[in-house]
Amino acid sequence: MGADSAPRAHRVIGRALRKVDAVAKVTGATKFADDLSLPRMLYAKLLRSPHPHARLVRLDPSGALALPGVQAILTGRDLPTPFGILPVSQDEHALALDRVRFVGDPVAAVAAVSEDVAIAALDRIAVEYEPLPAITSAEEAVQRAAPRIHDYGDGGNLHKLIHLEFGDVEEGFREADLVVEDLLFYEGSTHLPMEQHAALADWSPDGRLTLWSSTQTPHYVHRALAKVLGLAPSRIRVIACPNGGGFGGKSDPFSHEIVVAKLAMVTGRPVKITLTREEVFYCHRGRHPTLMWVKTGVKRDGSITAMHFKSLLDGGGYGSYGVASTYYTGALQTVTYQVPRYKFQGARAFTNKPPCGPKRGHGTPQPRFALEVHLDKIAERLGMDPAELRLRHLVLPHTLTANYLRVGSMGLGRCIQQVVEGSGWREKFRRLPYGRGVGLACSSYLSGAGLPIYWNNMPHSGVQLKLDRGGGVTVFCGSTDIGQGSDSILAYITAEVLGVDPLDVRVVTADTDLTPVDLGSYSSRVTLMSGNAVLQAAERARDLLRGPAAQRLGVPPQQLVFADGRVFDAADPGRGLSFAEAVELAEAAGGTVGTVGSYTPPAAAGRYRGAGVGPSPAYSYTAAVAEVEVDPETGVVTVPRIWIAHDVGQCINRAAVVGQIEGSVYMGLGEALMEEMAYRANRNVVHRAPSMLEYKSPTTLEMCDVITYLIEDPDPNGPFGAKEVGQGPLLPVPPAIANAVYDAVGVRVDEVPITPEKVLKAIKAKAKGESGRVGPTRFPEIPWPEPIRVPPPWAGGDGQAISGEARRPAEFKTRKSDLSAVGGGGS
Amino acid sequence: MVQPKVTIRFEVNGEPVEAAFASHKTLLEVLREDLGLTGTKHGCELGECGTCTVLLDGVPVLSCLVLAAACGGRRVRTVEGLARGPELHPLQRAFADLGAAQCGYCTPGFLLAAEALLAANPRPSREDIEQALAGNLCRCTGYHKIYQAVELAAAWMRGETAEPDTEVLYGRG
Repeated sequence: MGADSAPRAHRVIGRALRKVDAVAKVTGATKFADDLSLPRMLYAKLLRSPHPHARLVRLDPSGALALPGVQAILTGRDLPTPFGILPVSQDEHALALDRVRFVGDPVAAVAAVSEDVAIAALDRIAVEYEPLPAITSAEEAVQRAAPRIHDYGDGGNLHKLIHLEFGDVEEGFREADLVVEDLLFYEGSTHLPMEQHAALADWSPDGRLTLWSSTQTPHYVHRALAKVLGLAPSRIRVIACPNGGGFGGKSDPFSHEIVVAKLAMVTGRPVKITLTREEVFYCHRGRHPTLMWVKTGVKRDGSITAMHFKSLLDGGGYGSYGVASTYYTGALQTVTYQVPRYKFQGARAFTNKPPCGPKRGHGTPQPRFALEVHLDKIAERLGMDPAELRLRHLVLPHTLTANYLRVGSMGLGRCIQQVVEGSGWREKFRRLPYGRGVGLACSSYLSGAGLPIYWNNMPHSGVQLKLDRGGGVTVFCGSTDIGQGSDSILAYITAEVLGVDPLDVRVVTADTDLTPVDLGSYSSRVTLMSGNAVLQAAERARDLLRGPAAQRLGVPPQQLVFADGRVFDAADPGRGLSFAEAVELAEAAGGTVGTVGSYTPPAAAGRYRGAGVGPSPAYSYTAAVAEVEVDPETGVVTVPRIWIAHDVGQCINRAAVVGQIEGSVYMGLGEALMEEMAYRANRNVVHRAPSMLEYKSPTTLEMCDVITYLIEDPDPNGPFGAKEVGQGPLLPVPPAIANAVYDAVGVRVDEVPITPEKVLKAIKAKAKGESGRVGPTRFPEIPWPEPIRVPPPWAGGDGQAISGEARRPAEFKTRKSDLSAVGGGGS
Repeated sequence: MVQPKVTIRFEVNGEPVEAAFASHKTLLEVLREDLGLTGTKHGCELGECGTCTVLLDGVPVLSCLVLAAACGGRRVRTVEGLARGPELHPLQRAFADLGAAQCGYCTPGFLLAAEALLAANPRPSREDIEQALAGNLCRCTGYHKIYQAVELAAAWMRGETAEPDTEVLYGRG
């Protein structure tokens, strides 16, 4: 279908094929984690803290144990080893040892013959808490060093403090014709995957554990299970089921995964847990609420002389990915427009709320919102068109940024031109009637993090390929399909290289027993990294088949073409073999036919502390124009249409690329206008709306039209030139909408979500002659450490710091006390 | 806690079924847990997300809000009952061809809501589709490929030889 209209440089790559799992998904045959059950299976439930911050004084499970049908109960003492996704933040326990740090923190687990019995048992577990004062916001955490939520970090309730300086920004501000400061806030939001997290564990008496889970990162779950359960990794098998949506929310090793594993070991029976929707809101790990201050100096032509960016992240009760998230709020400001001098200060606070972590765009949508709104204001002050300002000062392809990120292919200029032209920007900007407006914003995102989460020098993605005598090919890869189509990418690339039909390729993924490690579905890494691994494996397989086939056909090996299920002579296409025959010849000549492939990203250019967050093999680029209608009577913002252009390098499946872009626009629209993880600070810090009805997300009635343009600027590091598309296109949407609201009614809502109340408040203020701005008013004083100073490449820098490195970061210093602290409470 | 069971006879995907289950169970739970029809998914179990949509006597219902005991003598259709033998239902074919299922978790609910729409209105406008699917949440697609798949399937079901719109598949630029 549709093949003839596709670009024909490749046979498979770039076409809009069905995904390999499409039929299973439309027939209901796909088995998600909660669809699995095993004979004699027990059901687990978690007892969760009703307190945001408390000492666990006493826990008595005897009443629950007496309930018929209850098979086992676990408490913190059964799983005393801490864990966490980052080596520097091993601050979680599967069940609280003696402290709870947010409403929803698990304290005990039950396995019973039915979910009903397990729920009834929870009510019979007696728990005595000694409530502690709760820290409810990042600002409060900055102010109040006690009680400390954790006994590690960079002091008081500040988990992480970062201070990096690339060149002398003060000098840059002095050189500028205009210096502009802005304060913006990006509210926290959650992934809201349609599938609630679920996990099923099975323990065999021979000492082997199997866990099926809705996880995006089976390899990291594997490691966490080995650590907490004290089992050899070789005895643990983690299988990631297809995820019913992830968006980053299934990227941490979770309490419930460890708990069902332990319960299976204790009871000798399979144990399953499925979180309720309310529990998903609390276990979360979503977007960090982030307060930002930005100061930029520009020349009259819009060129940036220096930028200084500060962020304060509300991290919630645990570390999660937070250290990385904090770095990410300062990392990618430099990869879109030329920033010759750059300074970043980032802080993450612990608060008594559900921990935040990575959500689509991980730590970058917040600063991107701030930067793109800030640039819109700067353009206005300079009397420049905001599209023109951006176009004039783009980062050049194949260059290093001030903070040593290596930009490869860079299609942002084409993206901007495309949405400007497509949207009729020049006829609309500042020209539409009151109440209607357009706004523009751009962005960039990683095609995979350059460094793994735990230090090692092994590949980030591995593939094994098995070729069958019948002509079938099986790809084994640890990557996890969360709906983005990563399984299909493996099949398409294999089929392209070996000249077979994608349906002749069977894909086995996300099984730590069967598949080589792939680090997981996060940081938009899978197409580039597993794609390169499978490309290498498939090319090696092609080389294995070449010799025996060439010998049989009597043609030089390099003259053979692999296409259409055949291996044939390029000079005489009629002279050939079927692919299956070629496999048979190779097997006869050299034995069983299989290959491996792997991928390791290039080394980062930066060599300062903190240089590990931001590097990527390739950066995607996006530009968007949003059109809005604002009702000045109600403040309601509606978005009829968004034009978006994305530089994806090279599409592997064009339909899937368009789907990722439309889905990103959707999620950006939700964050821009309605989604918010809000808590009742004065009512025990409970979530204001932990349900799908009250947590507002766009339905069909709110979703805007999306006009998608694909820009293909192939990157030398991507398989066939491919870059990411799963996350980047979300980023420009909130700032484009904010800028469009200003264009429509002349008010600035410098925070998301842009709710009707805020818009109305700003409109009313403006009518009274006030500023017409709603947003944060103050960035708190934070005890920043001395900066790590790194001269930019153009100032003679070599990527190393010239000062500030002597100060060893606190997490290494306090590592030991960290462990004892989580055990011992502290404060 | 052995709970008393009720027994009902009803029709599921065209076949007569007898099921015995605890009387408080929802249709969603009976389909998934007692009949092994796990194609019907749950997203909230509170009637908020549309994921568990099935057809009850041809009408889309949220199976998490329907008491199974009230389904005696009635006809239930789930995603497993859409295909005719090995042949996909046109909606399934269109969803697969256009990439309207990403993670696929909400897909069964959307398919059944769309099936009910097309049974009542073989030529729905885009607005009709948006209205009919407004109770089903999808977090992956942004809904557009779902609309386009419903429109394509509707054309096929009317006997027209429609092709997927190339702009839908390939974007612009």
